Amino acid sequence: MTRMEHSPGVPAGSHGSTGQAAAQQRADLHDGVPPTRYRLLRRKIVALLLGVAVAPLCVLTVINYQIYQTIVAKEFEAPLRALVSKTKNSFELFFAERTSAVSFIASAYPVEKLSDDKALADIFEVMRQKFSGFVDMGFIDERGRQVSYVGPYDLKGKDYADQPWFREAALHGSYITDVFTGLRKFPHIAIVVRQLGNDGKWWTLRATVDTRQYERLIAAMGISPDSDAFLLNKHGILQTDSTYYGALLQPIPFPMPRTSYETQVVDFKTTDGQAALMAYVYIPDSEYVLMAIKPKGAAFSTKGLFRADLAILLVASVLLILLVAYKLTGDLVARLKQSDERRELAFRHVEHSQKLSSIGRLAAGVAHEINNPLAIINEKAGLMKDLLALEPEFPKKDRFIKQIDAIAAAVARCRNITHRMLGFARQMDVNIESIQVNDVLKETASFLERESAYRNIELSLSLTEGLPAIESDRGQLQQVFLNMLNNAFAAVNDGGAIAVATWRQDDDTVGISIKDNGCGMSEEVQRHVFEPFFTTKKGTGTGLGLSISYGIIKRLGGDIALTSKPNLGTTFTILLPVAHGQGGVQS
Amino acid sequence: MTLDRDKWRILLVDDEVEFVSTLAERLSLRDIEPEVVHDGQEALARIHARAPHVVILDMFMPGMKGLDVLRTLRFSHPQVQVILLTGHGATRDAMEGMRLGAFDYMVKPINIDDLLKKITEAMDAAGFTA
Repeated sequence: MTRMEHSPGVPAGSHGSTGQAAAQQRADLHDGVPPTRYRLLRRKIVALLLGVAVAPLCVLTVINYQIYQTIVAKEFEAPLRALVSKTKNSFELFFAERTSAVSFIASAYPVEKLSDDKALADIFEVMRQKFSGFVDMGFIDERGRQVSYVGPYDLKGKDYADQPWFREAALHGSYITDVFTGLRKFPHIAIVVRQLGNDGKWWTLRATVDTRQYERLIAAMGISPDSDAFLLNKHGILQTDSTYYGALLQPIPFPMPRTSYETQVVDFKTTDGQAALMAYVYIPDSEYVLMAIKPKGAAFSTKGLFRADLAILLVASVLLILLVAYKLTGDLVARLKQSDERRELAFRHVEHSQKLSSIGRLAAGVAHEINNPLAIINEKAGLMKDLLALEPEFPKKDRFIKQIDAIAAAVARCRNITHRMLGFARQMDVNIESIQVNDVLKETASFLERESAYRNIELSLSLTEGLPAIESDRGQLQQVFLNMLNNAFAAVNDGGAIAVATWRQDDDTVGISIKDNGCGMSEEVQRHVFEPFFTTKKGTGTGLGLSISYGIIKRLGGDIALTSKPNLGTTFTILLPVAHGQGGVQS
Repeated sequence: MTLDRDKWRILLVDDEVEFVSTLAERLSLRDIEPEVVHDGQEALARIHARAPHVVILDMFMPGMKGLDVLRTLRFSHPQVQVILLTGHGATRDAMEGMRLGAFDYMVKPINIDDLLKKITEAMDAAGFTA
């Protein structure tokens, strides 16, 4: 079989069904869709897909990062908080123990003993053995004068009436001072206890404690070298040395945090701008605040928090999405492009058909009007030739006959032209009705019975009974069958054979074959036989018969093919759909 | 078989006067003396008066069309053989004529020899042998 892939026909129903939108679409298609439009479309789809797919992924990653950051922060913060709380307890215990000791002495010993230097020294010695850090102790009467004193300095008789701690003790009963240098010229604190004597007079017992005890407690925190811990009073004055924020009794270079007797951890910026955590607590029943500052350091940096596995997963996911989106959109856009191209082709076919239809109608009118005068010219020329033939002595007879033959040849050319034009016109009209293929074939064959009889050609019909009626154009099918049969008659010699057969190809298709045992065709001829104006009948054929037949069969939704062997014959096979418009028949 | 063409009764029906008169003259040069009429009604009247052997009938004429004449003739004079002439070249109409019983059809402009051949065949079909 050859040539099943001839250019498709155009459905007759598509003529004139063009709206404004379709016209615009056609105009667009005519201009052609620029490749940049597909590229832009592809980029947009890829961007959209990436946006839809990657955005949630990124949000999840950010959330994960933040959760991770929070966990790390808590893990970082908790030990610091615990350390400060523990040290605060140590300080509380330190103050409580020493205040209790002083209070115990004040309540356990009579005024007489306490006001006696020797007795006070004995008591103090016992206390020092039990509690470390005590430097000295003194008994102060109600006027603020130190009556007795035990310690390394000469402070007996000193008047403390104007000292703030004296007044605070008078107010609160006991008092622990801030660190101060005082008369001793070295940092220390005083624990002051006020007591009412049996004689109704108030007296005060005062013991000083070396603040090196503070340093020991803070050192026991065991903080890292980049961190800092220190004690300060509520006014922000350092009560111990700070590694980074000043020396003893210097003010800290940042505002005091809000009062809290529970350990608090807050974000903090170090003096060099480093992110850090500050843990602090106000120590109850004292003027002290314990504070620790720890830089967040590398563990808290973005790099530290950035998890490589998560990053790889994110990048891999994005790459995969990008790859899939790129591939999918590539396929999608390619299909869209193909679809556009097919649509463009279809529109061009419709437009071409509309043009042909217009030309065909015009041609039909022109051909009809020209054929009659052409016939007159033909007959007149013929008559002239006839008359000349009767005049043997007519001067220049041969020359006249030559001229008349030229007129006849020109008429024949015109006839071919008008027939072609009419052929075009006829192709455009489709009239669908329910028909029996066998009936159409029988009728068409009957037109040629006479010729077959004269030429002794065996024209046999082998038509399958019970074929379904098909929806098709009777006139056009008849034209096709007549073309096929005429070709077969032209191909066979007198005495040849032509066989017509029908069968049911499948539920939706009916098959017809027209077989002759004529001269057959070469492969070269077979390749071109359906092309318009291709003919082997030099001088007599228009070269349109098979081309028009092909167009008609295609337009009716069918297919046509041939097999041929030189000197053996040719078989044309036509497949027709049972229902019109059910799509092209596949052979 | 000899051909006594002068005894053949041929009727030419065509509204193109120049065409049909010239064709008639050419046929007469070939020993056929056709009668000529220019419309369908006149043709039927002539046939009723004296039936020809063969009618050469143009399909497209003003007034009564060739196919109408053919339909009437099939009913009234089925023995008369009809050769259809068409200037339109539409096989569909010619097919209709063939279905109605026309002997054959020819497309204008015609070849006189082809016409003679068809007339001879038609005469043969009409059973006229001389």
